[in-house]
Amino acid sequence: MSNVPAELKYTKEHEWARIDGDRARIGITAFAQEQLGDVVFVELPKVGAKVSSMKSFGVVESVKAVSDLFAPLTGEVVEVNAELPKKPEVVNSDPYGAGWMIVIKMSSPAEAGTLLSAAQYEQLIAGGGH
Amino acid sequence: MEARAPYDKLIFELSAPGRFAYSLPALDVPSADPASLVPAQFVRSTPPELPEVSEVDVIRHYSRLSLMNYGVDTHFYPLGSCTMKYNPKINEDMARLPGFLRLHPHTPATASQGALQLMWELARDLAEISGMDHVSLQPAAGAQGEFAGVLMIRAYHLSRGERRHKVLIPDSAHGTNPATTALAGFSVVQLKSDEAGEVDLADLERHLDEDVAAFMITQPNTLGLFESRIHQITEMCHAKGVQVYMDGANFNAILGITRPGDLGFDVCHFNLHKTFTTPHGGGGPGAGPVGIKAHLAPFLPTPVVVKEDEGGYALDWARPQSIGKLQAFWGNFGMLVRAYTYIRTMGPDGLRAVSDNAVLNANYILKRLEGDYDRATAGPCMHECVVSARRQKKLGVSATDIAKRLLDLGFYAPTTYFPLIVDEALMIEPTETESKETLDQFCDAMVQIAREAETDPHKIHEAPVTTPVRRLDQTLAARQPVLKWTRP
Amino acid sequence: MRYISNTPAQQKEMLARIGAASIEALLANVPAKARLSRPLNLPAAMAEGDLVRHLRGLAGKNAGADDFACFLGAGSYDHAIPSPINHLISRGEFFTAYTPYQPEASQGTLRTIFEYQTMMAELTGMDVANASIYDGASSLAEGVLMAHSVTGRAETVWSRGVNPLYQQVVETYCEGPDFRLKAVRLGDGVTDLDALGKAVTERTAAVVVQYPNFYGCLEDLRAVAELAHAKGALLVVAADPVNLGFLTPPGALGADIVVGEGQGLGVPMSFGGPNLGVFAARADLVRRMPGRLVGATVDKDGKRGFVLTLQTREQHIRREKATSNICTNVALCALMATIYVSILGKHGLRKVGELTTAKAHYAAERFAAVPGVRLRYGAPFFKEFALTLPKAPDRVVKRLLKERLLAGVPLKSFDRAEKSTLLVAVTERRTKDEIDAYAAALAAAVA
Repeated sequence: MSNVPAELKYTKEHEWARIDGDRARIGITAFAQEQLGDVVFVELPKVGAKVSSMKSFGVVESVKAVSDLFAPLTGEVVEVNAELPKKPEVVNSDPYGAGWMIVIKMSSPAEAGTLLSAAQYEQLIAGGGH
Repeated sequence: MEARAPYDKLIFELSAPGRFAYSLPALDVPSADPASLVPAQFVRSTPPELPEVSEVDVIRHYSRLSLMNYGVDTHFYPLGSCTMKYNPKINEDMARLPGFLRLHPHTPATASQGALQLMWELARDLAEISGMDHVSLQPAAGAQGEFAGVLMIRAYHLSRGERRHKVLIPDSAHGTNPATTALAGFSVVQLKSDEAGEVDLADLERHLDEDVAAFMITQPNTLGLFESRIHQITEMCHAKGVQVYMDGANFNAILGITRPGDLGFDVCHFNLHKTFTTPHGGGGPGAGPVGIKAHLAPFLPTPVVVKEDEGGYALDWARPQSIGKLQAFWGNFGMLVRAYTYIRTMGPDGLRAVSDNAVLNANYILKRLEGDYDRATAGPCMHECVVSARRQKKLGVSATDIAKRLLDLGFYAPTTYFPLIVDEALMIEPTETESKETLDQFCDAMVQIAREAETDPHKIHEAPVTTPVRRLDQTLAARQPVLKWTRP
Repeated sequence: MRYISNTPAQQKEMLARIGAASIEALLANVPAKARLSRPLNLPAAMAEGDLVRHLRGLAGKNAGADDFACFLGAGSYDHAIPSPINHLISRGEFFTAYTPYQPEASQGTLRTIFEYQTMMAELTGMDVANASIYDGASSLAEGVLMAHSVTGRAETVWSRGVNPLYQQVVETYCEGPDFRLKAVRLGDGVTDLDALGKAVTERTAAVVVQYPNFYGCLEDLRAVAELAHAKGALLVVAADPVNLGFLTPPGALGADIVVGEGQGLGVPMSFGGPNLGVFAARADLVRRMPGRLVGATVDKDGKRGFVLTLQTREQHIRREKATSNICTNVALCALMATIYVSILGKHGLRKVGELTTAKAHYAAERFAAVPGVRLRYGAPFFKEFALTLPKAPDRVVKRLLKERLLAGVPLKSFDRAEKSTLLVAVTERRTKDEIDAYAAALAAAVA
């Protein structure tokens, strides 16, 4: 079914985070892109913007739906995927790779402990995703 | 759709330099060099890139385009909650009377008494139909009527020294309800519906407090059910000072049967382009008058059409507590004439017959379809019914597929995927102007499709095949928006 | 009842199939307490002939522009409506169609809206236009809200040259989010640029001007744009599109959002409604635009087709996060405008502008030559001008009405300072005879 890479962390709003030192790369999960359908547009913050845990940092739009993107962690945006505005379909085809959205520098790395593990996230989506 | 050579032109593609379709008078005042009258910086240096076509081009082009549309005049249009009933032609004639059509809004009141009288009488009639005390005809559409209603509620609470922040809305509500609420500065709290599809009273009780400004519901609701405990609901709300708003989209079910004013509602809006037959026009214009109880009268939008003691009519601007204005002038007068003409054509007995037959027709369809589609609710419906295509979805046929197949069978599709609380929803509102023969043809088609889903789903997936275009790429349109024609 | 097809016999058949004894039985869910116990207290149904007579009587009490020479403006204008428009929009497939949610069955409507969007973008000089908002005032309100959303700022700087009725509508729309309007005075009929420069700050989301403004005067949009952009604010211009076949479009002068009343493009005045709200903006702002948008795409077979697009901004999907609550556009009025622009075309609109210019200036000259009457403002004007009268404008209007002249809009009710001012509009429909008759009647009225 949906793939859930074991090495990533997850939120209940279907974002993933790849933690590397004090940096976290963030995107949406395979389950999320399946639910949304064809992604047509992604609105992302600028480099330097501050994001807060579980607050919206942007928007992902498909033809029939639109969803807020919730930051898994608090921090400052240090990188933004410049490919996404031109090729939003990458979110569908490669959500964990080329479909990454932002990289943040975490203001409190301990926050990562509050995220869901791959196993916990798998349980969540098996139960319907809510 | 009858077979016809396909037509795929835009007006710009018919343009030929030197062609023209206009007729303008010769200059009869002394001519002067325009440059001496209007400074050069304000005058276009190049003409706009607009078509150059003849009158024949114009007539032929737009006539051909019209043939690519399904309208109520040609097709059964069972869209739920849209009330696609017949648009009487007498309404069109009356709206075009020169004394109405050619009347400027700033014409002095003494010279527009006929227009003002029509508005005053229509407001009075809508007040009687709804059991409300006053009606404003200004809002340009249902969404504006909702906006006016919510703003008046806001003004009411503020006038009593209360600043409330929340509005309660059922999860079955139309999208304009939460959008309007947000626009008016409130936060939306969504309430659950119970198993029967009505408002969950326990959930309502839990959420009612003195920070709630209003509770908005559609009556009957978007499942076509009359909220039977409505008196209890309005009492519960009023006990906490919460105002109750009725979305009047489904008024076609209750004309002469019940009235929001008698059910405890404080505000309701009307969609003249639904119940009151003003034409949909391909998406508008509509008109969304709003009715209120007397305690909200100080907050009505300005101007208010009043009847003066001497018997004349006027626009009253002296309303210091008014919420303001929704549009520049006094209302979509052209649509008001149509609604007025309709109400006078029908009279009280006629309007009652409208709702009786609307309810009869919807229940007939529900009965004929219940063998093949899942009903969304038990018991009789009102003027519209909701079925689910979940059985068909298991076979790989979605509500969208069914809608497309119906186009081939000569029907416009019902509403799909609304209300959100029913999966693979098909919301069907036949209206009272359809005959039993048409309803039978539609139900035959729906049953046929249900069979095809079992035996030959490919046919449904390929649909539509008789329309000028088929299964358009919505993703491409949204990813790479092309929103205007450009010269290739 | 001629709009209800079911006969009593058919009703019986249907009830039998449903398994209900009567229609009353189907209404069982409506509690007895809720039921109306009497018929509605409305006038009895009228036969068609009687109804026509009654409505003709009401219509006959109004001074329509077919019988009176209409010099009224202030947001609604007596421009000529070419004959083909009514015939085409009365085709049942256009006016009884619904919103084009099923695009395969609505290509007629979708294509005309696509043409309309193209034409409005071209006239306003902007990149993209939507499928229309209700009227010029609500369109302006949506433009102001959009500017707030785009910039994240809370103030709007507002020229007093903008239609006061539009100001009321914008204030109503701004009540919810509590945005403030900061008004800037005029100097001799146009926005005072010094005062404007002082008013615009880093807290300004939008600077709003009208072009031509409420008094008919032509604002220096380029200068206003510079002042707005210097502080990162957006320039929102309210403009009458029928004028833009002749006047330099706001898009060429620095506007970020252009809105306006499109009624002059073939939509009847009809006592103020329905109207046509034009809305256009820069390309990079398209996803923040309210209202419907039609886009081009291809179908399964590779054929060109048109669909509603970017719908996720709209209320039926975005719900409380929608860019606006708007659900309809004024499709039929937009169709009138599309056909109008096709008929007038590349050169016709300019000619309308030339006729308007010549006639308005001739009228202004003749009226200002009446002893005691003068032009209120000295700034260059187009189509409309304000006169200062030596007698109360209400009384002058009343007298000229007797000569079958709708003389103009007295401005006292909009602004006490304008108690001697009459706003006069002169479109291409006003003849020399009408203008001369007005001048004579005016002279008699103020003598």
